[in-house]
Amino acid sequence: MVFFFQNLVNALQWGSFYALIALGYSMVYGILMLFNFAHGDIFMVGAYIGFGVATGLATLASMGAIALPNWLILVLTIIISMFLTSFVGMIVERLGYRPLREAPRASAAITGLMIGIILETGNLALLGARRVRFPSLIESVTYDLGGVFVTNKKIMIVGVSLTLMLALHQFVRRTKYGMAMRAMAFDTVVVPLMGVPINTIAAMTFAIGSALAAAAGILFGVAYPVLDPYMGIVFGWKAFVAAILGGRGSILGATLAGFLLGFIEIFVPMVFPSTLRDFIAYSIILIILTFRPHGFFGEPYSAKLRL
Amino acid sequence: MKTLSTKIRESYSHVPLLGWLFGALVAVILEHFLGDMLADTIGLPKIPVLFGFVIILKKPLLIPSAAAYVSLTYVLPIGVIARMSGSLVNKISSKLFNLSIVITVLVHLALLYAILHLWSDISAYRVLMLKLTLIAIILTLSLNVVNGYMGEFSCSHPGFMALGAYAASTFTVVLFVNDKLFGPAILPAALGPFMFPIALIIGGVTAALGALAIAVPSFRTRGDYLAIISLAFMFIIKSLIENLEVVGGPRGLSSQPDLANLPTVFLWTVGCIWIVNNFVTSTIGKALNAVRDDEMAANCMTVNTKRTKILAFLFAAFWAGVAGGLFAHVLRYVNPGTFSLQKLAEVLAMVYFGGLNSVYGSIVGAVSLSLLGEALRPLEILKWIFIPLLLILVMIYRPTGLIAFKELNVRNLVKPKQTE
Repeated sequence: MVFFFQNLVNALQWGSFYALIALGYSMVYGILMLFNFAHGDIFMVGAYIGFGVATGLATLASMGAIALPNWLILVLTIIISMFLTSFVGMIVERLGYRPLREAPRASAAITGLMIGIILETGNLALLGARRVRFPSLIESVTYDLGGVFVTNKKIMIVGVSLTLMLALHQFVRRTKYGMAMRAMAFDTVVVPLMGVPINTIAAMTFAIGSALAAAAGILFGVAYPVLDPYMGIVFGWKAFVAAILGGRGSILGATLAGFLLGFIEIFVPMVFPSTLRDFIAYSIILIILTFRPHGFFGEPYSAKLRL
Repeated sequence: MKTLSTKIRESYSHVPLLGWLFGALVAVILEHFLGDMLADTIGLPKIPVLFGFVIILKKPLLIPSAAAYVSLTYVLPIGVIARMSGSLVNKISSKLFNLSIVITVLVHLALLYAILHLWSDISAYRVLMLKLTLIAIILTLSLNVVNGYMGEFSCSHPGFMALGAYAASTFTVVLFVNDKLFGPAILPAALGPFMFPIALIIGGVTAALGALAIAVPSFRTRGDYLAIISLAFMFIIKSLIENLEVVGGPRGLSSQPDLANLPTVFLWTVGCIWIVNNFVTSTIGKALNAVRDDEMAANCMTVNTKRTKILAFLFAAFWAGVAGGLFAHVLRYVNPGTFSLQKLAEVLAMVYFGGLNSVYGSIVGAVSLSLLGEALRPLEILKWIFIPLLLILVMIYRPTGLIAFKELNVRNLVKPKQTE
């Protein structure tokens, strides 16, 4: 039983990365009906920006230029990196997706794929092939809860992720922009005619998704402090599957599916050989999708799909 | 005032395809016999393997020599022969054309093969590149059937390729190779070339059976459902093969017999182009287009949409499997990692670069991206910035690809061009 709870804690942490990335996919997919295949690499860029900001702030603090405790540096890193990475998302939208809004959706997906490759290669060309270490800003403290070991990092990761998800949920439910997003997801043809600026909403969607991906990247860096330029590929594609599994544009769905994927990936190696992890994870997803073709909370499409 | 380019175009307007092929044949014969001497005279270390592209990027000082070499061996002979032999070739061409279209096409193909054979004879690198390019054509065509003609977004082609590669390799390795995994050979190696088509068909059928597993659940609803299911399928296949110790697991499967020589690959590619072209221009192909444009309307017009979609999907998977089988026998080593996201990005790029819904487009996309990938090799990782940028530009200015929605009409292609 203790073993089970121990894995549950790990699965919660692992699932939060997937859930945070999946949210970005899900929002773009829900509102613009696009596969943003560059999103996994935006996660990577976010992690690297976080690395840069954290290193910079830590150096400043150690030089005595600013007097900040380490936890505050981490908080600042998350906020600054989310802000900076949201611009990366907006640039990607402006250059790669906006010119293609009237084009077949698949062409936009290809553009996203190519932007992803450019981001990876660009990073590789700029920083070289060596992996970088994310600075360890907070001391790892382990709490023993009746045999289950929980580190403060894990609590922080899950806590920050859940907070961000709740914040996003509130944003989409309560604000005017959130309402515009939901309306856009419902119908992309009529809603712009009602005076909702599609370009602003699209840019905002990308910005929020990228900010969440950056947060995921930094949290990932805190938990597993080695970053490499290709880290976004596997994470991105898996989170993409999770986003679709959650249902088109559903925040709750993407979150749940992200956690589900995390749980499967942590619990499968408990019972089966760990090499079967992907096989079982995707088989479960395939079975779920066979019985619920629109995902957990997805609705059948309201408007006719283009190519 | 006519510009130079229109003048050139006009003076070559009467040259039929046969003329160009003759020109190219003369050019490669020249290169075959005089290439070394010419390269030596001009100051190149050896014959430029890829029309001088690689040399230009590696040693910029050699650009004039490379340009001189290319113009002397390719541009000049092709231009002169095509222009000079125009009237004669037109006569031959129209004789052939009146005789029978089949013979005309066969003559063209024989010439094309001769050109490719002589061209690739210069170096092993050219042979390998040519084979991989031809396989890329098969792969691109088969993906275009799903993504272009059917209008779905399928991501499972690397998976089908893997199925085909492993099924075909297992078949040939069991039969013809003394292998530590599968034991001694069952049949003499001399039978290899005759059994190879069977191996490829087994590969294709395996891939098609795998496709059935996706097709049945995913064609119940429209939408982006197939994209996810096929993506999951691709990961499942890769993971499955990694766990199958029988075929080598993550270490991969090697020691395939050397059966995929250039004529075999060429014949399969030509066969694939022919069959796919007939498929997409047939009633099923038209039904497929109808399904893409409006499924409900197609259904009302008595198109059995579900059957059409499943059929086309299996058809595409079959060819992907064949391509996989060829691929495995060209490289003579496969591992599950080959058939992953990188391969997917490559094939998708070729389809969308060349053009949707077009056999021409697929050929152009596969050939140009393969060539470009090889030509830009000296740029090392910067290559992966240039090629994606090019693709993004193509997507922005021609969202459906370079040559989209164009049918391949063989009769128009080979017919003589009389100006008088």
